Amino acid sequence: MKHINVAGKALTLLFTAAFLVACSSSDTKEDDDAAARAAAAAAAAEEAQRAAAASAEAEQRRLQDAVASVGNVFYFEFDSSNLTPDAQRSVDAHVALLKTNDKTVRLEGHTDERGTRDYNMALGERRANAVRDYMVANGVASYRIETVSYGEEQPVAYGSGESNWSQNRRVELK
Amino acid sequence: MIRILLSLVLTLAAFAARAELVIEITQGVDNPTAIAVAPFDWQNGGAAPEDIAMVVQGDLARSGQFAPVDRKDMLGRPSTEKEVFYRDWRAISAEYLLIGRVSGTEQMKIEYELFDVNRQTKVFNGTETGPASEARMLAHRVSDAIYEKLTGIPGAFATRLLYVSVTRNPTGKDYYRLTLADSDGARPIVLLESREPILAPSWSPDGKEIAYVSFETSRPAIFRQNLATGAREQLTNFQGLNSSPAWSPDGGTMAMVLSKDGSPDVYLMDLASKRLTRVTRHYAIDTEPTWMPDGKSLLFTSDRGGRPQIYRYDLRSGTTERVTYEGAYNARARVAQDGRNVVVVHQSNGRFHIAIHDLVTNRLQVLTSTELDESPSIAPNGSMVLYATKSGDRGILAAVSVDGGVKFRLPAREGDVREPAWSPYMSQ
Repeated sequence: MKHINVAGKALTLLFTAAFLVACSSSDTKEDDDAAARAAAAAAAAEEAQRAAAASAEAEQRRLQDAVASVGNVFYFEFDSSNLTPDAQRSVDAHVALLKTNDKTVRLEGHTDERGTRDYNMALGERRANAVRDYMVANGVASYRIETVSYGEEQPVAYGSGESNWSQNRRVELK
Repeated sequence: MIRILLSLVLTLAAFAARAELVIEITQGVDNPTAIAVAPFDWQNGGAAPEDIAMVVQGDLARSGQFAPVDRKDMLGRPSTEKEVFYRDWRAISAEYLLIGRVSGTEQMKIEYELFDVNRQTKVFNGTETGPASEARMLAHRVSDAIYEKLTGIPGAFATRLLYVSVTRNPTGKDYYRLTLADSDGARPIVLLESREPILAPSWSPDGKEIAYVSFETSRPAIFRQNLATGAREQLTNFQGLNSSPAWSPDGGTMAMVLSKDGSPDVYLMDLASKRLTRVTRHYAIDTEPTWMPDGKSLLFTSDRGGRPQIYRYDLRSGTTERVTYEGAYNARARVAQDGRNVVVVHQSNGRFHIAIHDLVTNRLQVLTSTELDESPSIAPNGSMVLYATKSGDRGILAAVSVDGGVKFRLPAREGDVREPAWSPYMSQ
């Protein structure tokens, strides 16, 4: 948004300059000169707009790449719903992108298989809510975020042991 | 149309076969009672529709308290009192002998007699009648009568089980099936099939209805379903958790867990008016409510003390007291009909076991030695606890007696099984 505003302002300035130049002309040669100058100004303005758009597009691409590189899954420690520094960095990338669009997201909370199913259902919700609250605190409107807990019902890794469990303690952004 | 129906029936039958449980007895009592169940005489000619004696024998064996005599060791096949020769049964060390006769086509009649081999006397005789389609259930009723006569405790064989079976799908969503079977795992029927999770099945106190949580709407919702008519009703659709439905002993109220007001709390829904009453108000997790048999208080799990423990809420006074103190994790209580034995999921040394907490002595005893045990459900006669555990990477059901002395496993032929719920006594 910021870049588009800058481009818009630059464009306005250039058009104003071209207009002032055009008004000050009094004879034909001067008119021709003025016309040439106006054309150059318009071309410059167009160029500036194109550059701004390209820069905005590049920024959007950068944000999308950042999101793609962190992925859609945030991991948690055992019996914890605190965002780890890693998870925070990942969520930050999503927040930055979400602030440039108006998409809605669904946060699905999951746990590992240890403990009872209904307690884990509540723990999964706590995790999804922790991610939601962090996003809201960083400027994403809460109405854009839906949370749902699946508890331990949908593991990514079926086996037991920490190597499997750590993959299952997660919030997925969809 | 008929072909479509037939293919549907066959499909369901195929699912049922895959969800079927197999019973493996792993531990019985030290000196089980030797009983001979002679094959019952089928009096209508042709092949008997069901081997009633074998069903009874299986029930008694599964209790762990009886050691049935192998049929091929029997020296005779009596079906009437005058055909009984006690020496034939003393010779193979049988302490008791059960004989019987089965007749009737539409309506089946089972007549049976129990003999004490050592005293050479008839102990008991009885009759069971009912639709022939329910032959196995009639056989379980015979088992109930024999069990009660010999142990003094009512049997719980003529009951049913609910459980969730899951077939993994490596390339997409798993298949979840809510399954109903006899207490011996026979005659499984798939009540609901879904690609989204199904959990927390529970029974109405009369055994005619069930409640469960289904994610079929892409969010959790509580449903109730009538077993005879199949009629289904969605009870909740709140933002957040909709979990742990538990029917009150009088059948009029359902306890449940909702997080619509912030954190998970226990609510009561009046089933006639659908009016909700909030029971707990705490920022901690309050979940897994279950009713005391008198309906006057609820047990639930809360981590308000830092770790999950069992608490008791008194509905009249509105007071809450902590119940369990032993160990860092006690959750998902289920209470026996005596109102004294409470089975819980208990964590010790990083392992999850099933334990029994005595509400009178406040002592807790660990019952299982398997790992990752959960979802305990207690038989209506209070004798056995059915629970879910893991064997290798597979979810299986297992059972343990409340004194820890008898154990058996009920793995499915295929897939994972979990969340068992033992029915109350079925009103006939």
